[in-house]
Amino acid sequence: MKSKRRIRVLIAKPGLDLHDRGAKILVRALRDSGMEVIYTGIRQTPEQIVETAVQEDVDVIGLSHLTGAHMALFPKVTKLLKEKGVNDVLVIGGGVIPEEDIPPLKEAGIAEIFGPGTPLETIVKHIKENVLR
Amino acid sequence: MFDKSELASALKEKERWEKRTLAKTLERFPERLKEFTTVSGMPIERLYTPMDVENLDYVRDLGFSGEFPFTRGIHSTGYRGRLWTMRQYAGFGTAEESNERYKYLLEQGQTGLSVAFDLPTQVGYDSDHPLAEGEVGKAGVPVNSLKDMEILFDGIPLGKVSTSMTINATAPQVLAMYFAIAEKQGVALDGVRGTVQNDILKEYAARGTYIYPPEPSMRLVTDIIEYCLENAPNFNTISVSGYHVREAGSTAVQELAFTLANGIAYIEAAVKRGLPVDSFAPRISFFFACHNDFFEEIAKFRAARRLWARIMKERFGAKDPRSLLLRYHVQTSGCTLTAQQPFNNIVRVTMQALAAVLGGAQSLHTNSFDEALALPSEIAVMTALRTQQTIAYESGVTNTVDPLGGSYLVEYLTNKIEGETSEYIEKIDEMGGAPSAIQKGFYQKEIADSAYKYQREIEDRKRTIVGLNKFVTDVKVPIKILKVDQEAEKRQIERLGKVRAERNGKKVKEALEKLRKAAEGQENLMPYLFGAVKAYATNGEISDTLREVFGEYKATTIV
Repeated sequence: MKSKRRIRVLIAKPGLDLHDRGAKILVRALRDSGMEVIYTGIRQTPEQIVETAVQEDVDVIGLSHLTGAHMALFPKVTKLLKEKGVNDVLVIGGGVIPEEDIPPLKEAGIAEIFGPGTPLETIVKHIKENVLR
Repeated sequence: MFDKSELASALKEKERWEKRTLAKTLERFPERLKEFTTVSGMPIERLYTPMDVENLDYVRDLGFSGEFPFTRGIHSTGYRGRLWTMRQYAGFGTAEESNERYKYLLEQGQTGLSVAFDLPTQVGYDSDHPLAEGEVGKAGVPVNSLKDMEILFDGIPLGKVSTSMTINATAPQVLAMYFAIAEKQGVALDGVRGTVQNDILKEYAARGTYIYPPEPSMRLVTDIIEYCLENAPNFNTISVSGYHVREAGSTAVQELAFTLANGIAYIEAAVKRGLPVDSFAPRISFFFACHNDFFEEIAKFRAARRLWARIMKERFGAKDPRSLLLRYHVQTSGCTLTAQQPFNNIVRVTMQALAAVLGGAQSLHTNSFDEALALPSEIAVMTALRTQQTIAYESGVTNTVDPLGGSYLVEYLTNKIEGETSEYIEKIDEMGGAPSAIQKGFYQKEIADSAYKYQREIEDRKRTIVGLNKFVTDVKVPIKILKVDQEAEKRQIERLGKVRAERNGKKVKEALEKLRKAAEGQENLMPYLFGAVKAYATNGEISDTLREVFGEYKATTIV
């Protein structure tokens, strides 16, 4: 059931990756589209991200990673969510992610992966159409 | 540069041209856009004439190459004497694989090395730290201890090759390791050439590999300056970097202003330490991006040289001509590369590299066409290096110094960029200098605003990116990307365990204890870091020791 409150999104930078230009731009774009957005800043552990997500009661988590540790980090976030019994949060990812890594990431519960050059509009639309609550 | 009567008659002619020729053309063929601007949003006129540079004084503002204010270049003979250093940033997997890549690049005619360290190494974590998981060997080579450094430079003569190291918060210990390797190779430190980035201010503002708060971090920066001055006088002690500011989304002017303002802060810190400005200033170097806008970038480099020379002379009273030189490395702009139609990137890189050369760079890294997808493959790196070699040996642009000097457009832009940069620097001065402007979030906010504006222009199709928002195709060109060996992390952690087991634990403990004591006081830490790295203390152990004394920086994120 989709409620009428504004969609709440957490944009997060897991791991040591420091490339946050895209993440910050996305924060602004989502805000401009009417969502409430929280940005974690860089150097977050999956545990910290999940904790923030629960505390802030977000509907969506957007994970950004550009330095190749996504296979270690993204599935950890979804696993921790499951362990906490959170199953109605939409988790999406973005960054420099090789095509062959996308199917296993989806398998691990990341709903969609957005690569370099994705129009901001595409991400906004995806969130609006796929948010689970 | 022009006498008054000449200008007056040119102005009259211009008015006539506007009425007779231009007006008719505009009526029949309107221009494509209402306003033309550079990538950074600077308005660009239809036609530049002497009237746009009427106050330019040749001797005062341009002069001759190799002389103040160095607008035309820092060497009197430009590239006729010596070409720029071709230096590709590289490092991945483990020390073995990176060593192999360096040797490959040197065989292909590269003339200097540039080491990329992985992120755990850059923020002071060993490869087995929980936060390092998945990151080991990904964005660079892991260096935990002197052992890794021995392997990394195995068979590479440090007395002959100059090495640039992109390392900041952990620069002191990594540099100590590098110098220790030179000693082992029997090379005296005054014969070691290269550059350590050692630019912590831009880490807080744009890049992100800070560890400690600004004050102790500035102390470490200055320790390196002071140590090298006495022991490794041919090593560049800082590479004040605009590259990351630009890549984070700034304009050309912001890149220049924040970089020079940071440079001013480092000079002030070293002077405050009691070092005479002319003793260390010749070893401060710079690093800029080269973005897509050809003339804006060329003008930026020329303005940078002139402005820095003026700052050093007027603000710091430098007397040694070498203190006035803005020597710089350029990397073509990574953020302009597209994952779509990756071969188009070769063309972008070529134009950016050409602008860097026309701007007078001392050293150049050309990006590989596959870098929006992964770390570069060997074939992609070779193509990037060949791009530089083609410019150097085939284009003819190296035959004369500052070939675009005297262009009305380029001189106009050079003046404009210098002027706007100076205004920014004044503003930063009023805030109390770079460190305090950064702590107030000034740089961060300015950069984020510019980045968002640029992105919106792409989204709204006001700015065309070929193959991305125009000339799009579904045809995919298959390219083979580099995969970092998943076992590399495991091998690295095994080696780290072996180093810890085989070293003299007591010696390590003593060396770290001495380091801690020194850190609590005021001494230069470099000698203590040498002691620690030579005992095979790890980067993580050294960083932890300093974390305990200095504390950790907590960033406030500005979106």
